[in-house]
Amino acid sequence: MNIYRSHVLICGGTGCASSRSDKIEEKFNEVLLDKELDKEIQVIRTGCFGLCEAGPIVIVYPEGAFYSHIKIEDVPEIVEEHLLKGRIVKSKLFKESFDNEKIKSVNEVDFYKKQKRLALKNCGVINPEDITEYIAMDGYLALGKALTEMTPQDVIEVIKDSGLRGRGGGGFSSGLKWQFTANAEGDEKYILCNADEGDPGAFMDRSILEGDPHAVIEAMALAGYAIGAKQGYVYVRAEYPIAVDRLQIAIDQARSKGLLGKNIFGTDFEFDMEIRLGAGAFVCGEETALIASIEGERGMPRPKPPFPANKGLWGKPTLINNVETYANVPLIILKGAEWFRSIGTEKSPGTKVFALGGKINNTGLVEIPMGTSLKEVIYDIGGGIPEGKAFKAVQTGGPSGGCLTSDFIDTPIDFDSLTALGSMMGSGGMIVMDEDNCMVDIARFFLDFTVEESCGKCPPCRIGTKRMLEILEKITEGNGEPEDLDRLERLAENIKTSALCGLGQTAPNPVLSTLKYFRDEYEAHVHEKRCPAGACKSLLAYTIDEEKCKGCTLCAKACPVDAIEGERKENHIIHQDKCIKCGACLDKCPFGAVLLA
Amino acid sequence: MKSLEELKKIREEAIKNVDLRQEREGTRIVVGMATCGISAGARPVLMAMVEEANKRNLTDVKINQTGCIGMCSLEPIVEIYRPGEEKVTYVNMTPEKARKVIAEHIVNGKIVDEYTVGSVQK
Repeated sequence: MNIYRSHVLICGGTGCASSRSDKIEEKFNEVLLDKELDKEIQVIRTGCFGLCEAGPIVIVYPEGAFYSHIKIEDVPEIVEEHLLKGRIVKSKLFKESFDNEKIKSVNEVDFYKKQKRLALKNCGVINPEDITEYIAMDGYLALGKALTEMTPQDVIEVIKDSGLRGRGGGGFSSGLKWQFTANAEGDEKYILCNADEGDPGAFMDRSILEGDPHAVIEAMALAGYAIGAKQGYVYVRAEYPIAVDRLQIAIDQARSKGLLGKNIFGTDFEFDMEIRLGAGAFVCGEETALIASIEGERGMPRPKPPFPANKGLWGKPTLINNVETYANVPLIILKGAEWFRSIGTEKSPGTKVFALGGKINNTGLVEIPMGTSLKEVIYDIGGGIPEGKAFKAVQTGGPSGGCLTSDFIDTPIDFDSLTALGSMMGSGGMIVMDEDNCMVDIARFFLDFTVEESCGKCPPCRIGTKRMLEILEKITEGNGEPEDLDRLERLAENIKTSALCGLGQTAPNPVLSTLKYFRDEYEAHVHEKRCPAGACKSLLAYTIDEEKCKGCTLCAKACPVDAIEGERKENHIIHQDKCIKCGACLDKCPFGAVLLA
Repeated sequence: MKSLEELKKIREEAIKNVDLRQEREGTRIVVGMATCGISAGARPVLMAMVEEANKRNLTDVKINQTGCIGMCSLEPIVEIYRPGEEKVTYVNMTPEKARKVIAEHIVNGKIVDEYTVGSVQK
């Protein structure tokens, strides 16, 4: 094996890959070869580092130098200066990495320092396409330990004692789920992994599959041993091509090393797994719909019970967990339930990965111990709101969750506290909103998504969410009536109690939580026909300030629909009936005479 | 995979490859790699140290490079920082001397006096 003096880690997650990190990797290899450094310095493509805002990211070890926003042109300088001459290229470092003349390594940057990475521990550290790097990080040790030293029931007991709860949304006890499936009658059982990540903006499952696919494989094999299953399936979205590729490579490597297949670790245990591709239906993230889809049926939920633990795939007992839940399993088996319980809160042990997005400086993936406050996540890790704007709300749980206001910014994040406030952990989307976001419009956005993705099986979801969306559109267009708010609430409560599956039952949450915390905004839309955030186009009017207008005609020329009238050097006016509210006049006016209200 | 031992063997080998990316406390070896150092042969010195440290499984040693240390006529220069001890500067290094420094100084804790800047400048 060749020994290298320096490792250049290039992010190969979907975010950085879409800003062409593959070309950067090619360039590094080319320049290193040219300088005859290719035998001394290793270039490795990893999974996501998490700080997607700073991408494409390159990290150089042993220094841990954290280069951000790297372009192909920057590569020769980094090689020449840093790798050849040992001088870190300060101008290309992540902004916070070079502070007061002191260079901070990647682990000393606030974004990473305050995180606790368990599920993401190998993401951005190892080469996901090389099984030996996973093994070097204690990979498959948990499986080996379980198969040779523990009974299946021992494994289940550890998971139960750890208090691990499902990371996919509901937060149900994983240990109990494992126990139910183990207890279920049946000669054939199945292990499923739900990688049909559908919440807008959430991408932790994708990142785990891209950055550390073996963790999921190992966990599924452990689950197979625990409940007595020989076959597993990972149901993953076809829209995740990098994740699918890397997972397939990992499965093949695990097979060739005898970590999947027969007589694993010289025991009688056998386990194998396959990938099943989803076609991008949101509802297939619901477990019974997912099972139907794997069976080749149309992806639609069915009533529960019977639960998959008793009647799942092909009618057999089936254990289904989400990607992030599985990623915690090998660590728990290896380090024990006590260790896991020492992290996080009593009722929600461990960590949770959040996809931080919206009006936030450090967009990306963060993993925090449960019980961390929203404030710490948004300000300490997320770096606060851009352009000094005011924090307004944070949306958690995607289309199933709700909005929390600044009153709750000190709330410790765990399953129960979020649910108590009318939101939800969900799969871990966290969208930050500032003063420019209209809460009615946000509710409309999420409902639009749910209506689009409703599978149509049950009327409350199919018809009810559509009616809710119509009312919200009416309000944002300025045609809202006072009774509409009551109608919305009544519909929402009815859908919540009568929809067939979890997706329908939680679909009204974005509306209910915004109605609860931002009722004044709804009322302003309905009673005053005004959007306080200035986001609902139909409720805006562009006017020209007579005092400031110099009659330069720039606005009239910019107007695409000829809604502005006025002679040169005379006051101009905007005809509201023609105006399409595109804002072109506001952008063009050099005197600040165009007003928006 | 036939046994846990087999996995542990693969792990032992593989760890050397990813160890560079771990945070670690302990000895820091710094090799001067400015133009002066490189032209005097600092790169083979650096590689010799990396190889030797790996061969001996020295997991608490971090080998970095740095720019010009300032005494260009004495390059290649290697500086050793150990917690609680004064910095030791070795000069006019070669790959052979570098290996000896790892064996004597890093492993056995005995400074190789004859290579240090103090003895050369006397």
